[in-house]
Amino acid sequence: MPRAGNSLWEVMREKGYSRRDFMQFCTFAATAAGLGTNASAAVAKAFEKKDRPPVLWLHFQECTCCSESFIRASHPMVADVLLDAISLDYDETLQAAAGHQAEKCKADVMKAYAGKYILLVEGSVPTKENGVFCMIGGRTAEDILKEAAAGAAAIVAWGNCASYGCVQAAKPNPTGATAIQKLVNKPVINVPGCPPIADVMVAIVTHILMFGRMPELDSQGRPKEFYSRRVHDTCYRRPYYDAGLFVEVFDDDNARKGYCLYKMGCRGPLTYNACAVTKWNGGTSYPIQSGHGCLGCSENGFWDNGPFYRHLPSFPGFGIESTADTVGLTLGAAAAVGVAAHAVSTNIRKRKLIHDQVVEAVKDTPDSKEVE
Amino acid sequence: MPSTQTYRRLYVWEMPVRLYHWLNALAIAVLAVTGYLIGRPFTVGYAQEASFQYWFGTVRFLHFMAGYVFLFNMLVRTYWGFVGNRFASWDKFIPLNRQAWRDIVEVLRIDILQTRGTGPIHIGHNRLAGLIYFVTFFIFMFQGLTGFALYGPMSHSVFGNLAAWVVPLMGSEAVVRQWHHAMLWFYVLFTLVHVYLVFYHDYVEGRGTTSSMVGGWKFEREDRLDD
Repeated sequence: MPRAGNSLWEVMREKGYSRRDFMQFCTFAATAAGLGTNASAAVAKAFEKKDRPPVLWLHFQECTCCSESFIRASHPMVADVLLDAISLDYDETLQAAAGHQAEKCKADVMKAYAGKYILLVEGSVPTKENGVFCMIGGRTAEDILKEAAAGAAAIVAWGNCASYGCVQAAKPNPTGATAIQKLVNKPVINVPGCPPIADVMVAIVTHILMFGRMPELDSQGRPKEFYSRRVHDTCYRRPYYDAGLFVEVFDDDNARKGYCLYKMGCRGPLTYNACAVTKWNGGTSYPIQSGHGCLGCSENGFWDNGPFYRHLPSFPGFGIESTADTVGLTLGAAAAVGVAAHAVSTNIRKRKLIHDQVVEAVKDTPDSKEVE
Repeated sequence: MPSTQTYRRLYVWEMPVRLYHWLNALAIAVLAVTGYLIGRPFTVGYAQEASFQYWFGTVRFLHFMAGYVFLFNMLVRTYWGFVGNRFASWDKFIPLNRQAWRDIVEVLRIDILQTRGTGPIHIGHNRLAGLIYFVTFFIFMFQGLTGFALYGPMSHSVFGNLAAWVVPLMGSEAVVRQWHHAMLWFYVLFTLVHVYLVFYHDYVEGRGTTSSMVGGWKFEREDRLDD
C-alpha cells in the first residue's frame, strides 16, 4: 500500500535515480503516451507533485499473455519504473504475497483509496452456471470484478479477452465468457489485442498516471491514439495491394518478394491497431513483416471469422468450406434453371393465349397491298 | 372478345424514373463487378513492380465512385416517389390494403404457376413486382450502409463516416464485410429474374414492357382501361 505524499519523483529518488534519470523518464513517458518531447516538462511536474494512485490488476479467464507483453515493454526504464514504483498493489502473477495476505492488501486498498485506484483487468468473466468456471479465493470472477469496479477511478480492459471475450467466447461460448464493459456500469478503456502491444499498454497507464483521466476513446472504447488507424493503411506492403500484386500461396515467388498477403487471408484491412507503426519487441517486427498475414487479434469476433488463411470467411450455416460465393453461385445456377424451366412452361401453358394474340394481330394488321 | 382492339399509348415512366433505372443498372453492374474483384482479386502478370501499376487501386476507386452514384440516385428516386406521377408513387410499392394482397396472389397464380385467368391488368408495376422492389430498396439500404461503414475509415469527410455506427452494431468489420459481400449475390439473382420477367411479360402480353423503360410508353387495350 502506498504511503501518502509519495509521488513518483520521491519514490525514484529513494531508489537512487538521479534528477537526470527522472527527466529522461518523463521524456520517455511523454513520448510513449503520444505527447511528444515538448510535453516532458508538464509530465515532470505531474510526476513530482501527484501521489501515485494505487493499481489493482485482476486476472480472470486469460492466458497471461497481456502480462507477458507488458513486462517486455521496449523502454526498459518506463517498464521498470512502472512496475517498481507504480504501486501495483495486487496482481496474482507478479505479487510476492499470497493467500489471505494478498487478499487483505487488496481489500485495504479498495477501502483506503475508494474512488481513487486504477483497476486493470486481464481476461474475460464467465457468466454461465453462476460463474463457477472462474473462482478465486472462493468467489466468482464476476463478484470480484463488480466489487473492485465499484470504487475504481479508471478501469482498463487488457487484451481481447477483457475487451470482447476472445477465444473463450468462441461459439458456442460454453462458459459464457463476457467482456468487462458489459458487466460494469462505468466507462472502460478497451486495449484489445492478443496480447496488446507492450508499449501501447505502458503508454495508456502512463497517460492515466500523468493526467489523472482517460485518454480519448473511439466508439468501441479504444484509445484513439493507438486504435484509430488500420494495420492495412499503415502497412509497408500497402503499395503491393494497390498495384494488385499478391502472394498467391505461401512460399511462392511473390511471397519471397514480399507482396501483399491479402489473398492469404490477411486481416489487416479490417484491423485497427498500431502494429505496423509501433511494431513489436522494441520495434523489431510485426506479423506481416515476418511474412504472415494479420489475424485481426485486436478485433471483436476475430476468433469466429475463420479460416484465417482465406480472404472470405466461411458462410454461416453452410459448412466450413462454403464461402458466400459458393452459396451465391449455387443459388444463381438454381435461379437460371428455374427461369429456363419457366420459359419452357410459358410456351406450353400459355401457347393458346399467345397464339390467339398473334392471329388477332395478323388479322388486324392492314395488308400492305390493300393500303396501296 | 372484340375482333378489333384499340390500343391506347400511355406515358407511364417519366424521365426521372427512366434515368434512375438505367443509372441504377449501370451503378449496380459496376459495383457488382468491382466488388467481386475486391473480394477475389484475380491473378495478373507479376512482371512489373508496384510503382508501375495501380489496377487494384483503380478497381476500388471505381467501386467507391459507383457507390456514391448509387446512393444519390436512390435518394433522388425516393424524392420522386412523392412528387412523380401515380406509377412512380411510393404507395405502388407497399401493399397496404386487402385488394393489393389479392392482386399479388393473382399475379403469382397467373405468371408464376401459369394457371389460366384474365387477371388484374396493371399499367405500371404489378403488385407483386412493386413488393419485390420494396424489399429490394431495403437491401439497397443495407448494402449502402454496410458499404459506407467499410468505406468510412478511408474517408475523412463527415459524409463518408455517417454509417460508422453500423460496425459496432454488427460486431466487427469482418462481419460487415462478410454480409456486404454475400449480398452481391442478391443482385445477381435479382437481375437474372428481373430481366427474364420483363421479357416474359413483353412476350406474353405484348404491351411494350421492355421498351417502356427506354421511351416511357406502354400500350393498353382501351376496353381494359378503367383506372
